[in-house]
Amino acid sequence: MTFRAEVFVTPKAVVNDPQGLTIRQGLRSLGFEGVQEVRAGKYLVLTLESPDRDTALARLDDMARTLLANAVIEDYRIEITAVRETVAP
Amino acid sequence: MKWGILVFPGTWSDRDCMHALTTVLGQSARYVDHRETELSEFDAVILPGGFSYGDHLRCGAVARFAPVMEAVTRFADRGGLVLGICNGFQILQEARLLPGALLRNDSCEFRCEWVHLRVERAESPFTRECRPGQVLRIPISHGEGNFYADPDTLQSLEQGGQVAFRYSTPDGRVTGDANPNGSLRNIAGIVNARGNVLGMMPHPERACEPLLGGADGLWILRSALGTLVAA
Amino acid sequence: MAVASPRRNLDAVALTDEEYHEIGRLLEREPNDLELGMFGALWSEHCSYKTSRPLLRQLPTSGDGVLQGPGENAGVVDIGDGLAVVFKIESHNHPSAIEPYQGAATGVGGILRDIFTMGARPLAILDSLRFGPPHDPRSRYLFQGVVEGIGGYGNCFGCPTVGGEVYFDEGYAANPIVNAMCVGLVRHDRVRLARAEQAGDRLLLVGAGTGRDGIHGASFASVEMDEHSPDRRPAVQVANPFMEKVLCEACLQLNELDGVVAIQDLGAAGLTGAACELAHRGGRGVEIDVARVSRRERGMTPYEVMLSESQERMLVLVKPEAEPAAQRVFDKFELHADRVGTILRRPRVRVRDGAAVVADLPLDALIDGVPIRSLMATGAAAPETASVAPLRDPAATLLELLARPNLRSRRPIYRRYDHQVGNNTVIGPGYDAALLRVPGTPKALALTTDGNAAFVTLDPYVGTQLAVAEAARNIACTGARPLAVTNCLNFGNPERPRVAWQLHESVRGLADACRALELPVVSGNVSLYNETNGLSIPPTPVVGMVGILDDLDRRCGASFRDEGDLIFLLGETRDELAGSEYSRAVGAPLEGSAPLVDLTAEARLLRALHETIGAGTLSSAHDVAEGGLLVAIAECALFGGQGAQCPGLSGQVSPAALYFGESAGRVVVSVAARRVPELQKVMAAHRVPLQALGVVGSGALVVGHAVRLDLEALRRAWETPW
Repeated sequence: MTFRAEVFVTPKAVVNDPQGLTIRQGLRSLGFEGVQEVRAGKYLVLTLESPDRDTALARLDDMARTLLANAVIEDYRIEITAVRETVAP
Repeated sequence: MKWGILVFPGTWSDRDCMHALTTVLGQSARYVDHRETELSEFDAVILPGGFSYGDHLRCGAVARFAPVMEAVTRFADRGGLVLGICNGFQILQEARLLPGALLRNDSCEFRCEWVHLRVERAESPFTRECRPGQVLRIPISHGEGNFYADPDTLQSLEQGGQVAFRYSTPDGRVTGDANPNGSLRNIAGIVNARGNVLGMMPHPERACEPLLGGADGLWILRSALGTLVAA
Repeated sequence: MAVASPRRNLDAVALTDEEYHEIGRLLEREPNDLELGMFGALWSEHCSYKTSRPLLRQLPTSGDGVLQGPGENAGVVDIGDGLAVVFKIESHNHPSAIEPYQGAATGVGGILRDIFTMGARPLAILDSLRFGPPHDPRSRYLFQGVVEGIGGYGNCFGCPTVGGEVYFDEGYAANPIVNAMCVGLVRHDRVRLARAEQAGDRLLLVGAGTGRDGIHGASFASVEMDEHSPDRRPAVQVANPFMEKVLCEACLQLNELDGVVAIQDLGAAGLTGAACELAHRGGRGVEIDVARVSRRERGMTPYEVMLSESQERMLVLVKPEAEPAAQRVFDKFELHADRVGTILRRPRVRVRDGAAVVADLPLDALIDGVPIRSLMATGAAAPETASVAPLRDPAATLLELLARPNLRSRRPIYRRYDHQVGNNTVIGPGYDAALLRVPGTPKALALTTDGNAAFVTLDPYVGTQLAVAEAARNIACTGARPLAVTNCLNFGNPERPRVAWQLHESVRGLADACRALELPVVSGNVSLYNETNGLSIPPTPVVGMVGILDDLDRRCGASFRDEGDLIFLLGETRDELAGSEYSRAVGAPLEGSAPLVDLTAEARLLRALHETIGAGTLSSAHDVAEGGLLVAIAECALFGGQGAQCPGLSGQVSPAALYFGESAGRVVVSVAARRVPELQKVMAAHRVPLQALGVVGSGALVVGHAVRLDLEALRRAWETPW
């Protein structure tokens, strides 16, 4: 099966995020009131083949831990949807 | 003394390191391709600065999986000297050879300028020629050099004497104004527990000739040479 | 026979009806859509220089050391020891106006490719920038984005950004100027010219995949802009400096192979431009099979493949027997290469899509057939009279000037650029000219860009001469000897008679000044149609210059160095304020005469500087430019952290002109007291006026009773945040 996975990588809550702070400041200076916090992260979309959903999730989790996120400073979250049963080349 | 200078796609201070080691210091050195798997011919290896793999995803994140990195780990385990400069420091952290991580500069801007470093630990193989508290003037050039580690790691670094350099004023005071990137506790460079792996954001290879503005980087490279001779 | 339906998609390809008719006449048939697109790209102003070509013939392009003049990717000049310097400046104004980060980044990427495709290793980058006032939010956005983009590319690629200029003026609010210059080094025997002379040689397309980005970029850069320009955003490409770094290293290795004939960058007009120019320069033809081109997107048409301006791609021309060796280099660098074409004996370009021939054109028509546009040029230099309010408080004015965006410290900008990588930067950004060591020799190259659009607005002929003179003076202040020139001519819409006249006069000034100072123009670029909603930019010719210093031990800095040194002014101060930063600061209109340019006096000054610095006489030398004499002295003091004590200055001119006028041909020098006689002797021999100004020392700048400011006050003003 083909799955479409979205991986959201964000700085850990305890980690300072200068990019997020700068964006928040920018929003304030543009008059967007009430924005309490901005955290800037990365959004990755992966398309992958896998026999089933659980296997796909396990592999994605492995990928995220190994490469996509740095556990010292980042958290990640994975969302996955089945795209189609078979794939035409 | 034989030095290996690692080259990943996107590395650019490899040539500067070669110049400093061979032309300035008269050492023997060779470039090591990221696909090589054996480093036993070397006494010391350098992971130079640059933007390995374009710094895509995270600085050092992809380079850390290059075949040569397994050899670097073995080399370090055997006690070989490993010096990671700038992007090389980031790669060593991604490879877990050094703790912590390097975040975006707090200014959110790239910074290329001369800074002052206070030598915090003078008995490491890379600082043994320095006096404790000596101030070195060496340039930085990075967008992501903001040192971060969780409180426990930070405490163990401090207690273990693993902080090698801190950003300071010219007279050696560690102040907020002297910190160019927001690094926790002004940390500019750290060594591993054993002391044979140093990671630092500033570029000692750029500070080896008065003609180019200063030669304080030689304190670090000469310390390593002295270590090798002593060993 | 009349050509039917001339209004096909001429707007998309930015061709006129007349040009369309000319294509029909040359082909004796109507072009198909792909062919029309190819004509549109290669007949654009950006590629064809159809407006400026007759003017550019005036420029002196040969000289003793010139190994390659204009017409190649970059100019090449001998610097001895079997080495040559390769350099060029190029504009990326239009893309930067739409998307400043990517526009500037791809501009840097393009000029780097121009250098390393000639076989040279890039040594340094300089940037000449102009924006609207920094307090205007849109101008600020463009300024910040461009600076970020230049740094983003150069820093990642690993080539130091060592100099350039940035100025602000209302006239650039809608049309910023982004000119990037790159300088490289190559051994004589490894210079690669991009020309295909042998039929049967193969064309390999290397680097990034081809996408739909940047289609019609060349055409886009050749029309004026309006409120719909942001909708053309797809014309702007996204830069990949990492890919380019890998390409550069691969090219430099390929360049060591004898069977590699040429390397050609894909820039404006993409594959069409690169393949056609390569073949045309060698008097041959070329066949391209678009089916062999690796794509980044599905469903691309031959039209899109041939006109894509996707970045970080190169054409490598190899002899058939050298293809495997070239392929090994690509493999080593994990680069993808497609064999996309072959050189033909007959001078035609034939495009195939597999078996089908989709375009077949004579190269002469495509490259040289464009009708030259004759311009209606009318205009006159500004009237002589200019009234400027009298100077009240020199000290307060000095602080005000130092804080102005056009004069304040550029450190917050250049510290965002890696200006050191390569370990050759002896004098970096922020001074007169940058000084870069030539590795393996005692020599150095001095590099600068200059251009004062206010003077060019007042008098394009004189103003452009002043830019050449200033660049040469900046080079000479380091101790180097000016060697050769590259230029970028940034103007408005040349269909306006006044703009045409500015362009005409400016090129004449450039030619005359370069002849007078014996400087060949070896490369350059023209950027026209810098206009939005009918408003053209100020005429902005930018002069890039390279000089050679034979012995690095004989270099000179701009900073006051030793306490007790005596300060002198070389050159003559006249009653000239028109176009100065001072007159702008006091709100005077831009009118009056540009400063006098005396090129024979400039030549004598250059020789005198070379001689005194070569003898080690001077402690410092700094060009007097924007802001005038007091600003120049203040800069020397701030650079060196040393004050200056000057008795009251006097002269035959008004106090405003004395302190803040911008008369050309002047340099502030400092010299040890015991060496003053040497200085006097050499200046007398070269008939350079010499005026004692004061003494280096103390923590303040004192000028008689007029100015008494401590260095900290000067520094606070000069370091006004952006």
